[in-house]
Amino acid sequence: MRNYLEELENESIYILREVAAQFQKPVLLFSGGKDSITVARLAQKAFYPAKIPFVFMHIDTGHNFPETITFRDQLIKELGVELVVRYVQDSINSNKAQEETGKYASRNSLQTVTLLDAIEEFGFDACIGGARRDEEKSRAKERIFSVRDDFGQWDAKKQRPEMFTILNGKINFGENVRAFPISNWTEEDVWSYIKQENLALPSIYFAHERKLVKRDGAFLAHSEYLNLVDTDEIVNDVVRFRTVGDMTCTAALLSNAATIEEVMYENKASKSSERGARIDDKRSEAALEQRKKGGYF
Amino acid sequence: MELLKINTAGSVDDGKSTLIGRFLYDNNALTIEQEELVRKKTKEKGLEDLDFSVITDGLIAEREQGITIDVAHIYFSSAVRKFIIADSPGHIEYTRNMVTGASNSDLSIILIDARKGLLEQTHRHYFISRLLRLQSVVFCINKMDLVDYSEDVYLNIAADIDKMIRQLEPLEQEIAIIPISSLKGDNVVHFSKQMDWYKGETLSTVLHGFNKKEEDTKPFRMDVQQVYHVQNENFVDYRAYAGRISSGSVKVGETLTILPSGKASEVVEVRKFTNTLDEAHTGDSIQVRLKDDIDISRGMLFVKESQEHLFAKELKARLVWLDEKAANTSAKYHIQTGSRTGVCKIQEIEYLIQPENPLEHVASHELKLNDIALVQLKLANPMYLDAFATNKANGAFILIDAQTNNTVAVGFVQ
Repeated sequence: MRNYLEELENESIYILREVAAQFQKPVLLFSGGKDSITVARLAQKAFYPAKIPFVFMHIDTGHNFPETITFRDQLIKELGVELVVRYVQDSINSNKAQEETGKYASRNSLQTVTLLDAIEEFGFDACIGGARRDEEKSRAKERIFSVRDDFGQWDAKKQRPEMFTILNGKINFGENVRAFPISNWTEEDVWSYIKQENLALPSIYFAHERKLVKRDGAFLAHSEYLNLVDTDEIVNDVVRFRTVGDMTCTAALLSNAATIEEVMYENKASKSSERGARIDDKRSEAALEQRKKGGYF
Repeated sequence: MELLKINTAGSVDDGKSTLIGRFLYDNNALTIEQEELVRKKTKEKGLEDLDFSVITDGLIAEREQGITIDVAHIYFSSAVRKFIIADSPGHIEYTRNMVTGASNSDLSIILIDARKGLLEQTHRHYFISRLLRLQSVVFCINKMDLVDYSEDVYLNIAADIDKMIRQLEPLEQEIAIIPISSLKGDNVVHFSKQMDWYKGETLSTVLHGFNKKEEDTKPFRMDVQQVYHVQNENFVDYRAYAGRISSGSVKVGETLTILPSGKASEVVEVRKFTNTLDEAHTGDSIQVRLKDDIDISRGMLFVKESQEHLFAKELKARLVWLDEKAANTSAKYHIQTGSRTGVCKIQEIEYLIQPENPLEHVASHELKLNDIALVQLKLANPMYLDAFATNKANGAFILIDAQTNNTVAVGFVQ
């Protein structure tokens, strides 16, 4: 009987090799979060001793946690891969994207514009991402090879059937594929794998003291990017982040969990989902699906 | 901990989403957000019992229409087992998603409304489970609360299921028939207090007791996904073939044959990342190195000893048509299995198979969306496929439309 983690790893390696073989110019979307760190590790294992055969790309909103960026650059150096960074700020400067205003302003959905431009600029035909089906309801319906049209749009009703382990990566000119090698992993699987492989993570995943903004009962990291309002309360506390998005829309958890084991124990006990900490998804019940239809990852 | 992949199928309104929600809820596996959503929606709709359907119906169109359109994947683990549940839609027009969901499953759950009995969809779903040769099928007769938990209703439907199974050719398949109420929670995780006459197991017990059959004893098959050449200080003239073993196992020292060339060589190394292994098994993603430098590239197949029965340029297969555009017998299609691709034509549609009436073959010149047919394919080059009945991993393929690049059919070699 095979351990399920080994089964998941075998499947992901198979998918990564198919992407490398079926596409001319794949790119790995790398945010420096735990899921993309896991995918990077799987890519390393899939191709070793050969080099990882694609570049990494980060769509930088400019609102990242500084800890994540430091970590990102460190890991890229260790892996010996090329990193391309494209900035949401540039899309705003060229009037392609419009900065949101108000209390809940976030650059999260603006990433789409920058991503689609970068795909066109480099001629990427496959974007590898660390999305998992257990994250959210519309993600649960995503295929492993998900075809997007010229405008990056996702049509849920027209998804290609995906049979057995056969991955059809044939696309028409202008289309591209989003490939999800860890589709079948859960948050718990990712943590177990990080533990098994002894992978380093950005420090914000573990308990640390931080200046915070208490808003609507949630804690946000204090930063210059957050538009403060009168009802916001500034506090200091010990927290960790369960998911790493922008500083403006990722809520912190009050926690003393300082090790992988403690984090895993706490996640299991909390019964709350990971995306519960993503304020951008809470805008409406269908928030993520609507962003995905528009080309969001 | 072992992974079990399940597919759920049933007609519209049979209550699949409710069953999954109930299964998670009674296993204490819903997140706080999911529970909040369930309570909120239940209250909004003014319902008496908890409305679990909101958990899996994730797309906007689905919530608008109150139906399930696409396969949703649900991940859940109990104390002893991890589950991946593919929840497939019940509408006939979405049969292709049902095949998608079931193709990667070990076990299929088919829901039947106790008030309605077997429907056209039940026959279709069961037939698909047979086509896919799923190891186990669990029929859940749902909504028993609406038929006063009647044993007679259960026995009648069970007899119909038995009749449906018997009219098909014999197949080694584990069958369970369980009377349940997803809404009230009878026999899903907890035993029903309303049905003492039922002496079988609960759904949860059946799922936990399932034992996956191993494919390891089958003949060795591995597609070449990629070839790695490495030349650096640690690896001199390193040349390895990367792939995932689809059946059988391989050991260092054994001889492998590569198809189509038929050339053979001895395995000198089996590798997984930095580890070299003595042997590797079905499902392993590995690299192999051979003693001799023979011409090997992506699209070739590793086997042990010569496999002459795999050389065929014509093959008979059962096809499920998945595209809105009907099959064109004069067009060329791409054919793909694993990492191998080729070109083929549908030479002849022998007959259509009606799942409700599988013994009666219907002659047809057309093959439309959701049709199941026995066809004759003509291949430009041999694909080295096994019969699906003897080797699932190397006996299934897809057809791809050469213009749209869509996956238009799935086939099972006879």
